[in-house]
Amino acid sequence: MELIKHLTEIYGPSGREDRVRMLIKSEIKKFCKNIRTDALGNLIAHIPASGKKNAKKLMFCAHMDEIGLIVKYIDKQGFLRFTSVGGIFPEKTLHQRIIFENGVTGVIGVETKPETPKPPTIDNFYIDIGADNQSQAQKMVQIGDIASFYQQTEIINNKIFSKALDDRIGCYCLIETMKRFKRNSLDLYFVFSTQEEVGLRGARTSAFSINPDYAIAVDVTGTGDTPESPQMAVSIGKGVAIKIKDSAFITSTIIKDKLIAYAQNFKIPYQLEILERGTTDAAIIQLIKEGVLSGVLSIPTRYIHSPNEVCDLNDVSATIKLLQVCAEKGF
Amino acid sequence: MLKELCEISGVSGDEDKVRLFIKEKLYNYVDDLTEDAYGNLIVHRGKGKKPKILLAAHMDEVGLMITNIEKNGLLKFKTIGLRAQSILAKRVIVGEKKISGVIGHKPIHLSQPTERNKLPEIKELFIDIGTNSREEAEGFVQIGDLATFDTKFYKDGDHISGKAFDNRLGCYVLMKLVQETDLSAYFAFTVQEELGLRGAKLVAYRINPDIAIAVDTTGTNELPEEKDIPKYPALGNGPVLTISDATIICDRKIIKLFENTAKKHNIKYQYKQPMIGGTDAGVIHLAREGIPSAVLSIPARFIHSPLSIASMEDIDNTIKLLTFTIEEILRGVKWN
Repeated sequence: MELIKHLTEIYGPSGREDRVRMLIKSEIKKFCKNIRTDALGNLIAHIPASGKKNAKKLMFCAHMDEIGLIVKYIDKQGFLRFTSVGGIFPEKTLHQRIIFENGVTGVIGVETKPETPKPPTIDNFYIDIGADNQSQAQKMVQIGDIASFYQQTEIINNKIFSKALDDRIGCYCLIETMKRFKRNSLDLYFVFSTQEEVGLRGARTSAFSINPDYAIAVDVTGTGDTPESPQMAVSIGKGVAIKIKDSAFITSTIIKDKLIAYAQNFKIPYQLEILERGTTDAAIIQLIKEGVLSGVLSIPTRYIHSPNEVCDLNDVSATIKLLQVCAEKGF
Repeated sequence: MLKELCEISGVSGDEDKVRLFIKEKLYNYVDDLTEDAYGNLIVHRGKGKKPKILLAAHMDEVGLMITNIEKNGLLKFKTIGLRAQSILAKRVIVGEKKISGVIGHKPIHLSQPTERNKLPEIKELFIDIGTNSREEAEGFVQIGDLATFDTKFYKDGDHISGKAFDNRLGCYVLMKLVQETDLSAYFAFTVQEELGLRGAKLVAYRINPDIAIAVDTTGTNELPEEKDIPKYPALGNGPVLTISDATIICDRKIIKLFENTAKKHNIKYQYKQPMIGGTDAGVIHLAREGIPSAVLSIPARFIHSPLSIASMEDIDNTIKLLTFTIEEILRGVKWN
């Protein structure tokens, strides 16, 4: 649980994943000797097939970055205007705490004149870092600094309440898989990717360098289990979600059938997922070079891209179990 | 050289004349000169030199494409990177035969009072080349011809004005680096940036550099607004560093190197507004296994219009900052 708390609370918006990478590296170096970081900051761990040469390659991928806010202007009174890094919904950020890489914290406010548009646009929001004026603010932050949400992670009734479950919980699943699996018949690559939230960028370059035969992305997905939510046949607590399709990806049938068969054979609770809006690293990995047979395991999560996302620990363990089977048996 | 470079027609997809001009000017200064299938020009100096540095500037400019010839001889068109309000009643040059035309719209006498304060849409506009029938017009132009603005280049003290500053200014900076320094690098003059960073993608794949810098032109933001918000970037404040735009989060170490070099040599610099716009670096950094990349831009007012304004001092400072920074990289300064 400590690791989940640490992974989710740590600072790491897109392009600023350094601390997440360091944490993950320190966790996995016990299980893997061959770890490298590429030009875009992806962390790539390679575990060759047990006693076999020229085995096919399987790439697991979870992204390290979270959504963030980037400083655009510092006004005369010392308030910061910002824009989004990744899919920020401004109204979900109101009055939330945020933190910059250098430790400066602040709270998000919104203009309250009668003529402020309803709902307000991102230009109507600002960050209050407690500065008395512009020059004080300029000593604390500068244009281009990126903030993430600032939030404590709690576990209540076996459910995780935290920021950045998207996709630190995926990173956690990969780390735990690395700890657990025994013999692997395929050449395994565990990729902790960067800049997913701004356009699946890290996954593209890491997949190019690995050139895998198979790939599994691990990420969060939406649910249809909250009051009056849009219809979606995924709920938290009902198992790992095996993706069928999302807005940029259709799972390879070979991979999908195998994932379902593994879940059934090993009695791992699972559900099938169709996500109407959103996608994952798998959408870009499948198109690399001559094409990669790809699939996605998703952890059902409520309130994605908000400062408080919620998922269920049972789904997390189901995901890890299924990943472990994939790592050992391959495709 | 800058005047000639800016006055050449080179709308996206038809960069031939720009390429020819650059080739002729740089031929004597480089080891190797390559043109790829799409029309990118890559000049290289310093064979085998490490690290492999790629500098990229796009040759293409915004413009118009003829989509139809009306019965009455008027030409309908689509725009590449332009808005209706900036092109009304401008003189244009159409196609290979350089036919002169004017962008026309309904005059005040024929318009209803309700229409007068409204901007026309592109589809209501046409190019008049002085022909009276389709047959006659077909003798001069054909569908698919590209048109650019008939804008002369002027220099007035430090200020210059002209068309195609985005991105002939970048091309000019790279050409100066080739002619006036002995830097070892790949200097790429790319095509079809304005249509979606198309040429640069192929260049980056081909060269597979260790580090890349896109040199482009960025719009200034100096228009007054009500809120208490400082405006930037501004003309005359030096080269513009990108921290992030819609296509890239720039490599932090390269940005740091630019900042440190600028401070060391007393070159003023400024920042671009985050997360908007995009340059060739957006595709270069994603090529192959990933390439550490950054952007350095020359500020200009009113880009993507028939007429822009820029400052020679900013251009000179961009050349200086690039030269010093690349020297540092070649000297082996630890940037990664």
